[in-house]
Amino acid sequence: MSDEETFDLNSLNDQELIEQVHDDLYNGLKEEVVEATNIFLSRGWGADKVLNDALVEGMRIVGIDFRDGILFVPEVLLAANAMKAGMEILRPLLAETGAEPIGKVVIGTVKGDIHDIGKNLVSMMLEGAGFEVINIGINNPVENYLAALEEHQPDILGMSALLTTTMPYMKVVIDSLKQKGLREKYIVLVGGAPLNEEFAKAIGADAYCRDAAVAVETAKTLIAARRAAAH
Amino acid sequence: MRVERLLVIACGALAREIVALKRLNGWSALDVQCLPPELHNRPEQIPAAVQAAITEARQTHRNIFVAYADCGTGGQLDAVLAAEAVDRLPGAHCYEFYAGTDPFAELAAAEPGTFYLTDFLVRHFDRLVIAGLGIDRHPELTSQYFANYRRLVYLSQSPNESLRRGARKAAHRLGLEYAERETGYGDLANRLAATVATIEPAAIGRRRESIAWHH
Repeated sequence: MSDEETFDLNSLNDQELIEQVHDDLYNGLKEEVVEATNIFLSRGWGADKVLNDALVEGMRIVGIDFRDGILFVPEVLLAANAMKAGMEILRPLLAETGAEPIGKVVIGTVKGDIHDIGKNLVSMMLEGAGFEVINIGINNPVENYLAALEEHQPDILGMSALLTTTMPYMKVVIDSLKQKGLREKYIVLVGGAPLNEEFAKAIGADAYCRDAAVAVETAKTLIAARRAAAH
Repeated sequence: MRVERLLVIACGALAREIVALKRLNGWSALDVQCLPPELHNRPEQIPAAVQAAITEARQTHRNIFVAYADCGTGGQLDAVLAAEAVDRLPGAHCYEFYAGTDPFAELAAAEPGTFYLTDFLVRHFDRLVIAGLGIDRHPELTSQYFANYRRLVYLSQSPNESLRRGARKAAHRLGLEYAERETGYGDLANRLAATVATIEPAAIGRRRESIAWHH
């Protein structure tokens, strides 16, 4: 069969369809990912299994190849768009299950910075991993972060910046938390292209997250550690 | 044998401007070596590329200057330069050293959603921006990349009508308002002049103008 020839996704068994979704995510084929998501559901798969085995695992592969310089930003964006389309089908079904989120995250881009592609990808992957995510958007002054923390009482505060000129604002937010005696209440994760671990340590964050996959793993690990320490 | 001449290890996006300044000022003791401007899109690779260029340049030049700003390296380039005791251009990126730190901060504060172009980026807009971001292959990504941008500001170094037309066309293609600010060479000229002035006059000799590209 040639690459161009279309075929019926329904003709694939579950394992073949999983592998096909991973390929389709990799290639940013939104319609195919949506179709496969619906096929899994029609076969009686739970929304969480479709999410984890098909979408999250597919994006994990995309993330690895992005990290290794095999894929670039456009391909990751297309893959993320495809995953997002699949998640939109699954989200109401996941809500119906009433499963408790594994943690809550408030995330936003700092003041002066309007870049949100990476932050939105992290948000999506956190949501896919079972977190409740409150995405407060771009260009956030300290007041926005404080208001969101007060309103939503999350476990984690995530901050993003793409610019060398805006990343120091993360320290402004962390210092404000310290002044108000709130710093220890939250796990603070930071990310963005010009950041690194030294910077995160210097400004008093709990961790630097190099990419979305690392953000998910770090969030899980630090929440587990905090909960273990509390018991 | 190492010479007293000054080697400027530069971002390829500054090559034309540095050569223009060299001619204009008669900086005959200045040599230029350029790194690929595509690093602009992969800033995490800049520190290692500059480090390698410095190591090589130590064989031939006593005086080295790096014509990069921080350029999205988040201080990693500065770490390399501190270890090598080599200076660089001031600021976060070329937009800042062309416009000047305070004027650029005012521009950014007035509209955080500003996309900047220089002469170089206007000339190579299709290759570095449109193809570099994959918009040529996936035009639907344009709105995603630029959803939060409101305007395009062309920071011009040596503008002409062709460049202005290109900049306006770029703004139109991205769906952004257009503005222009003529910056000239800004702190690129000031800083290079100051660095050239530190070379002993006796060491300044005439030499055929050359520019080397490293890939």
